[in-house]
Amino acid sequence: MTDWAWLVPLPVLLPLAGAGLTLALYRRPRIQRVVSVAVLAVVLVVSAALVVLADDGPLVVDIGGWAAPVGIDLVADRLAALMLAVSSAVTLCVLVYSLAQGQTEGEESAPVSIYHPTYLVLAAGVADAFLSGDLFNLYVGFEILLVASYVLITLSGSAERIRAGTVYVVVALLSSVLFLVAIGGVYAATGTVNMAQLALRLPEVDPGVRLVLQVMLITAFAIKAAVFPLSAWLPDSYPTAPAPVTAVFAGLLTKVGVYAIIRTQSLLFPEGRLDDVLLWAALATMVVGILGAVAQDDVKRLLSFTLVSHIGYMVFGIALASDGGWTAAVYYVVHHITVQTALFLVVGLVERVGGTTSLDRLGGLARIAPVLAVLFFVPAMNLAGIPPLSGFLGKLGLLQAGVQDGSWLAWTLVVGSVVTSLLTLYALVKAWNKAFWQTPPQEVAPQRLPLGMVGPAAALVVLGLGLTVAAGPLFAYTERAAVALQDRARYVEAVLPDGLRGTGESVDVATEGTDG
Amino acid sequence: MIDMSPNVVLVVVVGVLVACGVYLLLERSLTRVLVGTVLLGNAVNLLVLVAGGAAGRPPITGLRPEGVTSDPLPQAMVLTAIVITLALTAFLLAMAYRSWQLHRHDEVQDDVEDRRIARLAAIDERAFTDTDTEAGGRTLAEEAAETHDETERGQP
Repeated sequence: MTDWAWLVPLPVLLPLAGAGLTLALYRRPRIQRVVSVAVLAVVLVVSAALVVLADDGPLVVDIGGWAAPVGIDLVADRLAALMLAVSSAVTLCVLVYSLAQGQTEGEESAPVSIYHPTYLVLAAGVADAFLSGDLFNLYVGFEILLVASYVLITLSGSAERIRAGTVYVVVALLSSVLFLVAIGGVYAATGTVNMAQLALRLPEVDPGVRLVLQVMLITAFAIKAAVFPLSAWLPDSYPTAPAPVTAVFAGLLTKVGVYAIIRTQSLLFPEGRLDDVLLWAALATMVVGILGAVAQDDVKRLLSFTLVSHIGYMVFGIALASDGGWTAAVYYVVHHITVQTALFLVVGLVERVGGTTSLDRLGGLARIAPVLAVLFFVPAMNLAGIPPLSGFLGKLGLLQAGVQDGSWLAWTLVVGSVVTSLLTLYALVKAWNKAFWQTPPQEVAPQRLPLGMVGPAAALVVLGLGLTVAAGPLFAYTERAAVALQDRARYVEAVLPDGLRGTGESVDVATEGTDG
Repeated sequence: MIDMSPNVVLVVVVGVLVACGVYLLLERSLTRVLVGTVLLGNAVNLLVLVAGGAAGRPPITGLRPEGVTSDPLPQAMVLTAIVITLALTAFLLAMAYRSWQLHRHDEVQDDVEDRRIARLAAIDERAFTDTDTEAGGRTLAEEAAETHDETERGQP
């Protein structure tokens, strides 16, 4: 098992190296493309291998040979590996899509020479955040992906994107500052930022202080995950970015926040004192988000609001803090990453064919581009949770967990999620009808869709369907991940075998000197 | 046991910096927001430094005479945070400049689409019309009556 631990840093290292290489090769766009695709393909293979390997227990690497509590460690347990695998599949698909878009529409619309390095840095940041076993390294991972996302969201610097980017950057900065304050607090209270050691030391901290730290961490992550009432920035900023960028943001960035909430709630603060607050937040996120979506008549904004709304489902599962809750939440994250990204990619194609994303001006696309109608319809139904698709299975798992919980608040959430699901169906069917069926306000000239763009979008749709077919094994895996989340001793033991130090070289030094 | 009682001067400075930072962050001009984030960033860096306990000798082993050393870990973290703040400051500056290039000011604009949706809701009208929504001027009652006729045709 430990023989394979060298695989763990690769999902971070390879994209970073690739970013440097593509930046150096900025004059040779063709080689840039080959490098980016190759790097992300290798990362996908590595993370798929990690999913299999992590099933036997967490893989831990102490970076640079520095032993864990002082040195930084990367941990690939089941949850991290699964998230990593899904996110690398999505990043690869989106990259291929954006390459085709760049080729057919020229440099103006998407890939400029800075696009590839930034995109790879984003992938590295996401991987770093998933793998980090250290609170400060998690912060660094967040910053890496955020800085890359700042560049991507303001790509080409048009007036509209600068406006959206301003909001996005300032809000993200604020959440980072909060996170850093929380880290300072955690360090002052416990003298460590290593998550495994925190799991050991936090229970000894005064309960009041512990609650403050938990609230601050959760607030910082809730801004990133767009949990109501900290979600207003998302529908404002995402829709203006280029389609592939919006797609990858929608798929990954909020989920990194959700992942951080899962880690905080399971590993650091397992007593669940914020669960009731989180349940209310989940309910508000679901309902307010989807009501926002119903009111929109721009597809991209509509999807951004459904994105916010469905974050509520994941928070619901997390806040239940039961086996069933974690299992369903993790499955839902996996399902939502693929489906939401697929939808945004398809909307990119809709924009290309129809020339707009406003539902008032689109119409009759089902005749011009029947493939597109199917490609939009399937993930839309998946998102709304029509049986037997994976959205239905994820929601069913959440509802079951809610019913098992049995408290009146959990029942309220169960009702809330069913209503949200229905409203999602309404919003998406309305969007589909308007875009594909209504009499077109202006005639659209039929045009050939580039295969390079349809291919990745279709691949993601099929992947979403695959989640349905493979739901049995996948649910079993997320269940094992959920059990592992609650079995904190195993995680701690993997990182700190003797309860004090990791396995790096500095163990020898530490035993000689005094332990600070 | 490390002396964890914080330096009051540093704590007050952190408080003042955060207060100024938050105030500036709430401004509309991007340049002021930028200054706000810089202040806020520095405040947090100081805070992390305070979190590391009292200051002491340089944390280098083998130094004579031996004494209580300061904690190197928060310093390493603050160093990282400073670099990140620098990068973000540069980026925000670039954005403020771009905004000034485009609009001759650097104020954060409102979301137009949001306003439009709100106006639509206030007017409370149908957002669009097409052949399906326009049923040729007949009311539902008239249509129902016609449909009804067919079933009554057999009667005298």
